[in-house]
Amino acid sequence: MIDALQFEFMRNALLAGLLASVICGVIGTLIVVNRLVFLSGGIAHSAYGGIGLAFFFGWPYMICTTLFALAAALTMAAVSRSMKQRADTIIGVMWAIGMATGILLLDFTPGYNVDLMSYLFGSIMSVPRSELISMALLGGGVLALVFFFFKDLLVMSYDEEFAQVQGVPVRALYYLLIGSVAVTVVVVVQVVGLILVIALMTIPPSIAEKYTSSMLQMMAVSCGLGMLFITGGLWGSYRYDLTSGAAIILVAATGFLLSLLVDQVILRKRRQRWLKAHAIDGNDR
Amino acid sequence: MPTAPPIVTITDLCYSTGGQDILHNINLDVFRGDFISIIGPNGGGKTTLLKLILGLLKPSKGTIRINGRSPGMHGTSIGYVPQHVNHNLRFPATALDVVLMGAHDPRASRWTRTSGQTKETAREILAKLGVADCAGRKIVALSGGQRQRILIARALVSRPELLVLDEPTASIDTKGQTEFYELLKELNKELTILMVSHDLLIVSSYAKSIACLNRCMHYHQSFGSSREVLDAFYSCSVDEICPVGVIAQQPWTIRKME
Repeated sequence: MIDALQFEFMRNALLAGLLASVICGVIGTLIVVNRLVFLSGGIAHSAYGGIGLAFFFGWPYMICTTLFALAAALTMAAVSRSMKQRADTIIGVMWAIGMATGILLLDFTPGYNVDLMSYLFGSIMSVPRSELISMALLGGGVLALVFFFFKDLLVMSYDEEFAQVQGVPVRALYYLLIGSVAVTVVVVVQVVGLILVIALMTIPPSIAEKYTSSMLQMMAVSCGLGMLFITGGLWGSYRYDLTSGAAIILVAATGFLLSLLVDQVILRKRRQRWLKAHAIDGNDR
Repeated sequence: MPTAPPIVTITDLCYSTGGQDILHNINLDVFRGDFISIIGPNGGGKTTLLKLILGLLKPSKGTIRINGRSPGMHGTSIGYVPQHVNHNLRFPATALDVVLMGAHDPRASRWTRTSGQTKETAREILAKLGVADCAGRKIVALSGGQRQRILIARALVSRPELLVLDEPTASIDTKGQTEFYELLKELNKELTILMVSHDLLIVSSYAKSIACLNRCMHYHQSFGSSREVLDAFYSCSVDEICPVGVIAQQPWTIRKME
């Protein structure tokens, strides 16, 4: 791994991955505890419509995609608040429409140069310096926002109704959260691809959740796990010449399965201790 | 009769959805020291009334005043204990963290850390509720009854004047329920309690007054026996709108029943 770092593209890839882990660790924790994984997937996929729109009309790519993702996200958020029981259906519909629109618009664009695969899996090995900077700025912005509203977000994430009784501006905060998810998705997708974003936003927090006892700890552990997975995956993809995004996801998935295994071991140990403490012979179970 | 102004004043309150009045012309004053239990059939509007008092819903007609202010602007004068204790179980927080959430005031400065004194208060309340040893445990590792007490502690930590509970015993076993009502009776010495409950018999021996709610409110000034409460309750069905009245238990009957 060390000798790989003599190449600038590897250094940039690693840096981009670490930044993505921090952003996804923090936002991903909020997504997991607020049960917004499906909604985030919907945002990420429908954002492809924004890419199609930008290329078809020749509009500035970044601005157009961000605005499109924000609009889609806030619509999904509004719908899922007003129709809680059918939120997943509406999100599924918008997910498909956004993606299909993007693909058709790109079909109609003469000589287009974005393919779906690079949107899905990203191109972490060819991240230019400028995108690193925009990612760092975004990461800083999102972190500042989250930590400014940390306590309100905490109370809201645990029990929204109670938070509202306490006077927390729940509705505004919810839209703010969804908005930052949308912006995060757009910028991070640029670098690591859609599938890796969703993996980074769900796998580390869902592992971290089991071993931590506060939201802040969960965020920190998620960031650390994300970094571990990204470094491992990048090393594997460099060493064995594999697709980087997929390698990182499989490392993360291995981590997830390992944590399930560890849970089983811990449970078994705990049960044996319980049996011993209650003077029950462990053999006759 | 109480002379201090009421904590909650509800006048001519209506709330409608889908062209139907869920609540119709409700008038109710909650005075300091009251222990009111709202009973009524499913769909009678009990939870809706609580949500209106808490400011989670806006009335279609009429007014609600909490200490002279509109709901939602009351600051920390209401402590709320929700009906469901098992939601968001895997949330990464210890019982103490959850209790401290009740002390969060979004209007206060963002940069003040939770003071040691608030933590001390939280621990005292946990001890008073008999769950001091749960403080450091994750909520997922607690039993339903312990979680219930944690949520009550969360409502009490801001030192409210009024405690609002929505079917608080739904997830507690029979023994736990009796303990729970003893606890409420104890708490009622210092604060006012308004709750929704289905346990008619238990309620009639603990609550000071009972309001039967079925779109309209039936509130008796006094009731002599649980028989009257039962009659009041079963005369209600969602199809017919029952008359208005409140049943308040006289102090001597409470003593007699003990």
